[in-house]
Amino acid sequence: MSELTVEIDILRYRPELDSEPFTQTFEVPYTPELSVLEALQYIKDHLDSSISFRWSCRMAICGSCGMMVNGVPKLGCKVFLRDYYPKKVSLEPLANFPIERDLVVVMDDFIQKLESVKPYIIPGENKCLSEGPYQQTPEQMAKYKQYSMCINCGLCYAACPQYALDKKFTGPAALALLARYNRDSRDNGEAQRMKIVNQEEGVWGCTFVGYCSVVCPKDVDPAAAIQLLKVESSKDYLIGMFKPD
Amino acid sequence: MPNNTEKTYVRSHEPVFWGLFGAGGMLTAFFTPVMILITGLLIPLGIIDKQHFSYEKINAFATSWYGAAIVLVLVALPLWHTLHRIFHGLHDLGVHRGRDWQQVICYGFAFAVSVFVFTLLLQMF
Amino acid sequence: MSKRNPYIRKLPMDWWMKQLFYTKYMIREGSSVFVTLYSLILAWGVFRLSQGEVAFNGWLDALQSPFAILLHIIMLILALYHTITWFSLAPKAADLWVKGKKLDEKVIIAAHYCTFVVVTVFCLLIITL
Ligand code: SF4
Ligand code: FES
Repeated sequence: MSELTVEIDILRYRPELDSEPFTQTFEVPYTPELSVLEALQYIKDHLDSSISFRWSCRMAICGSCGMMVNGVPKLGCKVFLRDYYPKKVSLEPLANFPIERDLVVVMDDFIQKLESVKPYIIPGENKCLSEGPYQQTPEQMAKYKQYSMCINCGLCYAACPQYALDKKFTGPAALALLARYNRDSRDNGEAQRMKIVNQEEGVWGCTFVGYCSVVCPKDVDPAAAIQLLKVESSKDYLIGMFKPD
Repeated sequence: MPNNTEKTYVRSHEPVFWGLFGAGGMLTAFFTPVMILITGLLIPLGIIDKQHFSYEKINAFATSWYGAAIVLVLVALPLWHTLHRIFHGLHDLGVHRGRDWQQVICYGFAFAVSVFVFTLLLQMF
Repeated sequence: MSKRNPYIRKLPMDWWMKQLFYTKYMIREGSSVFVTLYSLILAWGVFRLSQGEVAFNGWLDALQSPFAILLHIIMLILALYHTITWFSLAPKAADLWVKGKKLDEKVIIAAHYCTFVVVTVFCLLIITL
């Protein structure tokens, strides 16, 4: 009995050999429970050991295995061959990022953007240790919880045409992260972060395409975070007109 | 290496245009379909009798102060919404040359038509 | 020596045609061209109105041409597309909390559609009064 198989196209790029990427096709035995990441591991173990891709947790929590699956940004460990079978699957490195090698992309700009939004709690007055911890009610936590679920996978940047068109744009995940801290009741850094938000390359680089929120594997909804920040930025603008600092 | 010097941030004036864009978009979403339906289809096709859209009736409306205000908002505000989208759409289509001029032309156009309608209404008063 | 040589892919000019989601986004943005057109037709109508009865009736007659009707049908479809997309995105710009819970998106969207129906019926009534 002939085994079921599925064809997988992979966009390959080996910096020391190739001047540009090319597509290579592999045939992998099909089982419905095989994830795309496992298919890649099969290829690496049995067909071509030179192929490069990132992964770690295999359970959609580390955010390493982002790639374009049939043109859509996905986590390799969260999509399955059965989602496409019997059609062939095409894998490419995450769009809008430079290709390091095969399915591995250069994430430096993304990481820099995440760091640039002051993603840490900036306390108001320093409490003395004896006064105990900074406390928060469940309602106060609910205000930002969703925006704190990001796993830094970068799928939203691969989905964002505005980031593609202008790499200066701060981008979805970083702005959602910024919103996460601005909305935290223990934080007092809003005034500092609003300066980042108010820039052209802050929230105003966004035209609300909305695809970032569709591809996000953790339902962070960066598009909503950005819209709410636009409202905040507009308020800040009005206040700034009467009270320039 | 950690960089401790504070970056300089430049505030964008986009909130002004975004505010108008939002107001115009809201108005367009709620009113434009029914307006097109009335002036573009029901009246011309005679489904609503022409007498409901007669010169006397419309003129009386447009020369009252509240009617003039309504006409101005209904005609001009959507333009601040649409020209904002057209301006950003040009960027999406890869027309990167002369962004400053594109901006002046787009919002200038919305402004010009607004002023045009405003003067007409004023002179009819 | 480092073998690194990151490859930067170019964004194709027609990126918005390669993915249905982006195409829909562009139609949404493109609808504004037709809404602009409609506003200009109305602005023209105000201009003709200011010129007196004959001119205004000329404007009304022009709207009866088959071309004008067709154009208005297209504009109506795109205006409705704008309405639908606007309503579906509206909840994202709303930060409404009831008893420590974020208001459900569906409630906000439904409220928008109800208002839309009320506005439409109201306008149709007022014009035929
Ligand atoms: S916001 Fe979502 S898509 Fe973007 S990096 Fe975070 S988890 Fe990934
Ligand atoms: S391997 Fe960790 S998210 Fe896929």
